Amino acid sequence: MASLIACPHCGPRPKEEFTVKGDAAIARPAADAGEDAWYAYVYLRDNPRGRHKEYWHHTSGCRRWLVVERDTLTHVVYSVSDASTQGGTA
Amino acid sequence: MRYSAFSVFLNGLRGNKGWQPAWRSPVPKNHYDVIIVGGGGHGLSTAYYLAKEFAITNVAVLEKGYIGSGNVGRNTTIIRSNYLLQGNNPFYELSMKLWEGLEQDFNFNAMVSQRGVLNLYHSDAQRDAYTRRGNAMRLHGVDAELLDRNTVRQMLPFLDFDNARFPIQGALMQKRGGTVRHDAVAWGYARGADSRGVDIIQNCEVTSIRRENGRVTGVETSQGFIGCGKLALAAAGNSTVVADMVDMKLPIESHVLQAFVSEGLKPFIDNVVTFGAGHFYVSQSDKGGLVFGGDIDGYNSYAQRGNLATVEHVAEAGVAMIPALSRVRVLRSWGGVMDMSMDGSPIIDRTHIDNLYLNAGWCYGGFKATPASGFCYAHLIARNEPHETAAAFRLDRFSRGRMIDEKGVGSQPNLH
Repeated sequence: MASLIACPHCGPRPKEEFTVKGDAAIARPAADAGEDAWYAYVYLRDNPRGRHKEYWHHTSGCRRWLVVERDTLTHVVYSVSDASTQGGTA
Repeated sequence: MRYSAFSVFLNGLRGNKGWQPAWRSPVPKNHYDVIIVGGGGHGLSTAYYLAKEFAITNVAVLEKGYIGSGNVGRNTTIIRSNYLLQGNNPFYELSMKLWEGLEQDFNFNAMVSQRGVLNLYHSDAQRDAYTRRGNAMRLHGVDAELLDRNTVRQMLPFLDFDNARFPIQGALMQKRGGTVRHDAVAWGYARGADSRGVDIIQNCEVTSIRRENGRVTGVETSQGFIGCGKLALAAAGNSTVVADMVDMKLPIESHVLQAFVSEGLKPFIDNVVTFGAGHFYVSQSDKGGLVFGGDIDGYNSYAQRGNLATVEHVAEAGVAMIPALSRVRVLRSWGGVMDMSMDGSPIIDRTHIDNLYLNAGWCYGGFKATPASGFCYAHLIARNEPHETAAAFRLDRFSRGRMIDEKGVGSQPNLH
């Protein structure tokens, strides 16, 4: 895991300032979407070996939700962006 | 060859030239009744019990690396059955009973050491929670003792009892808990399975699963196609990768967990001790090194290595519990890939494909479960019905609201 995360608001910051929430690919279904959709949202994960987008919270910095794209096998960080620019809902 | 004190003596006299490899390195056959994907502790014990208890010997275990390269050689070797919940406790107690007879059963010295596991508590609320768990254990017929502060102080005088933030009030002890030599578990099961006819095929990575008419017919591997009657997955941290081959999405995330060993010390810690105010657990190996670990790193990872921030956190928790650790030098650390399930409990179940079976979701508690996991998985594969102690480990429990959430933190795998 890279030691520094390039926060789009604060610049490169130590990884310890952030809290990892998890998979950013899952989208919250509509309230009436039905059991299967909600089951998939709450419990099922793609869990890829390779490129993976995640929600990270800059807890000890700007307190913005970010989307970090990185590799789960090599730990390389490809990109960091504000969750709002990714259409995020977290 | 049967191992015994006499065989050690005799081979010593003969210059140790009489030893045979503990298992063969066979060329894979074209077809097996059962193929097990994953030659870790659970895969090997499954093969062993399939052959020994259920007389299914036309079995292959496919391992992408070498035996002992995965989590079975990357844990802190602790065994215990101190679980609270109904779905968990009888299963882990079955595992404990199997540990107790394992060495005689598979004729291999696994150094099973029932030195006692102590969970420290630091507050009245935590004492109450541990009392509840201890009572649940005893109701299931498992040994549990609640120790007060003075008793713990006599056993482990070096703990920081008067820590200003987390004073130690006592401990919940399971005397029958302890440690086992983890590599020997893999080797013993591999040897026991091999001697009953199971083919253990190393350096054989499954690349895809072939299906016809809704049934699995075999696997494509780095050593070519191998056909099978039944396919059993036991791929631990790589469960998702294998399940993807049959378009099965799992309630699992893969996370990295680190473990550590210190330089060798004189006998210091007699038991397994866990910190109740942080995530830290420690025991001392027979070589003298302190073996310890903490929490997972917290982010999805398939890398068998962790992060320095977690190393620092584990060391801080360790020193908070045992101040003398500040002078101990750490020799090695290593990481393993954990299949973290959404409720912290495992899955041993059939799947949507008739002859495909799944064993996954062990989080970071898989080692202690090795014997029972193999036994129950073999039962499921052989009879197509779950063993009674593993009946709750269903894949569909998440959609049916039947979670076994021992820690009570919900579907957030990096918190289990």
